[in-house]
Amino acid sequence: MEYYPHVVCDPDKCTGCRMCELACSLTKEGVFAPLLSRIRNVRIEPVIQMSVSCQLCQDPPCVIACPQQALSQSEETGIIIVDEDLCTGCGWCIEACPFGAIALNPATKVVVICDLCQDLEEPQCVKYCLKDALSLSTTEMVAQKSRREAVVDLLRARETAAS
Amino acid sequence: MFAYTGRILHIDLSDKTTRIQRVDEDFLKKYVGGVCLAARLAYDNIPKGADPFGPENALCFATSAFAGTIVPVGDKYSVAAKSPLTNFLNDSLATSYFAAAIKQAGYDGIVIKGKAEKPTYIFIDDDVVEFRDASHLWGMETWDTEEAIRAEIGDDTVRCCVIGPAGEHLVRFANLTNDRGRQAGRGGMGAVAGSKLLKAVAIRGTNPVKVADPDELRAMALEFAQRAQGSGTQKYRILGTPANVLALNSKGILPTRNFQQGVFEAAERVSGEYMHEHHHEKTVACAGCPIACEQVVSVKDGPYEGARTSVDYESLFALGTNCGIDYFPGIIKAIELCDRYGMDTMSTGVTIAWAMECFEKGILTKEDLDGLELNFGNHRAETALIKKIAYREGIGDLLAEGTKRASEKVDKGSERFAMQVKGMEMAGYEVRGCQTFALGAAVGTRGPCHNRSLAYEADTHAEVPLFTCGPERGQIAKDKEDFAAILDVMMFCKFIRRCFDDLYADSAKFYTLTTGIQMTPEEVKKLGERAWNLKKAFNIREGWTKDDDWLPPRCFEDPIVNPATGEKVTLKPEDLRMMIDAYYKARGWTEDGFIPKEKLIELGLEDIAEEIGV
Repeated sequence: MEYYPHVVCDPDKCTGCRMCELACSLTKEGVFAPLLSRIRNVRIEPVIQMSVSCQLCQDPPCVIACPQQALSQSEETGIIIVDEDLCTGCGWCIEACPFGAIALNPATKVVVICDLCQDLEEPQCVKYCLKDALSLSTTEMVAQKSRREAVVDLLRARETAAS
Repeated sequence: MFAYTGRILHIDLSDKTTRIQRVDEDFLKKYVGGVCLAARLAYDNIPKGADPFGPENALCFATSAFAGTIVPVGDKYSVAAKSPLTNFLNDSLATSYFAAAIKQAGYDGIVIKGKAEKPTYIFIDDDVVEFRDASHLWGMETWDTEEAIRAEIGDDTVRCCVIGPAGEHLVRFANLTNDRGRQAGRGGMGAVAGSKLLKAVAIRGTNPVKVADPDELRAMALEFAQRAQGSGTQKYRILGTPANVLALNSKGILPTRNFQQGVFEAAERVSGEYMHEHHHEKTVACAGCPIACEQVVSVKDGPYEGARTSVDYESLFALGTNCGIDYFPGIIKAIELCDRYGMDTMSTGVTIAWAMECFEKGILTKEDLDGLELNFGNHRAETALIKKIAYREGIGDLLAEGTKRASEKVDKGSERFAMQVKGMEMAGYEVRGCQTFALGAAVGTRGPCHNRSLAYEADTHAEVPLFTCGPERGQIAKDKEDFAAILDVMMFCKFIRRCFDDLYADSAKFYTLTTGIQMTPEEVKKLGERAWNLKKAFNIREGWTKDDDWLPPRCFEDPIVNPATGEKVTLKPEDLRMMIDAYYKARGWTEDGFIPKEKLIELGLEDIAEEIGV
């Protein structure tokens, strides 16, 4: 099973500045409105800061939950596609998403979900994350990085023990 | 209208009424935001001779054009009121989500006056303003108060500006606290809120913020955000402001033991480097900030295990070196307590240092101090005293008044080393070494504030030699003040100041792209001067005279050593007088420091020229 690339946040690097929310809402809605951002920054003070957006799940619970069949997942990219004519803004997908990654646009009564800025060179939240906390990665890429770090830590510990 | 809302929300706690004041583009272009807009609101809404603790005093909040936008470090607000510490205008600044929330709720400013019948918090839910009972929150610490309000409303996006026990007990240097780690400090804005029985202002703002030229603005914002990862901000990003400790110590300008020395022998152990190695947990940012300077630190073992807060240089000097304390965990605990109680770390530290010196000189005894052995270096006594001050228990009741009032009451020569100007405790730049800042500290409208003055930068960055003075300092101090004021009016965090090619041109461009209002670099230049004159005008109306612009006796009588030469240095009164005269002249004021009518008219303040001008 292959995972789709999606926006991944490294909580150790995230400072909670929410530039991602501002870049996203400006790109998608033309205004600065964190509530309309497809990526949301979570701060649990003082040291937990992390941004969350659509994880492009396998068998996405939002698609399953939608009573109007307004949501579907692109097989090619994994992006959740919202059919704006079918969406009634009922909010079941919002409640079904285990990451809280879906928002309702109160003006249009249609839900909004990260589409990785498909029409642009890269997701704008990633571009505006000056701390490199955000990246467009697959789950496997994250796992590779973790494996590498774990091995380095392990070997360093062994070196320290040997000396 | 872009970015601005054109609306000032007026709230009266006495009769629980609200009204909207509409302001037009001309008004907004003139006052812009931040300390200038807050000062204007204070001038218009606080009557002459107001009791700082009376219902007639008003807390005047102002955001800026940039709050809620992607303009880097622009999520800031200013809050002004008549200070219970100085009896003059105090303008505090703080940053982060609360600032953006004011804008998102639909306001450029908020004015709160009157006095509630019982403890109250205000919930501003976009257009709806509720006066809510805060009896169950009264007595709660700042951080807990914020969380309790969010839980009560049931929404994490609610942003709160709160007071802690210090504000409730009218400690004259109590803060307003927002977004946990951010404080509007120094001049007792928290005590003003406490006098109104106002526990908190909670805001839920859901409106989008529209700007005039989103594409250009986004490109310019990205460029500055990238610059903010470079050398101009390196100090803040890595060690944070505590990097100052060793830098200032090596120059002999690190205030130590109530400003008795400029070198602390144990500076290594209270340095930013030491903190980073032993206590650093994470570096975090305010909303909208690509720099990230807030160093969250914690204590992992020992008597203060579990203490955790963020540490800045001014807190570190005041509660650390200036109290002779070299035990870092003790300083972290002291800062944490001040933050929890909602109390200014600088005034708290300098006041405790004064009490320590009184103890060592036998002016205050162990009995006077509720049994505390208050020697310099005693961190246990310091942390015990902080609680007493916040709750005005025992000796804390005296110290909660600040050094000026406390020393007047204790007398016995203790006023000689009460390190305050206009009633506000001094900042962490030794003025016998930083003599441009000696001038800045003497003439500051809110008191000896390093941030409003910025004159210390001329001294510490070798623009002029340390331990020297000269008539040219008048113009330098004026220029530094105006530069600082532009940042405080436009509302850029000062930590981005070295990323500008040209502050006037860059901020004019940011402003025009954001608001659509044309502004030239020359007009930006005038902003700083307008802000300073407006703040000074408030003080003149309150009875300011040039005698208020002076420094404590210690600066003239007790020498410190210049480590570069081994010389003992004091400031000479005639030199300070000479610099003050030069400063008044550079400002275009009279010899006695009053503002000519023509100056006010030149600055577009013609409507107050008759009342204030000479």
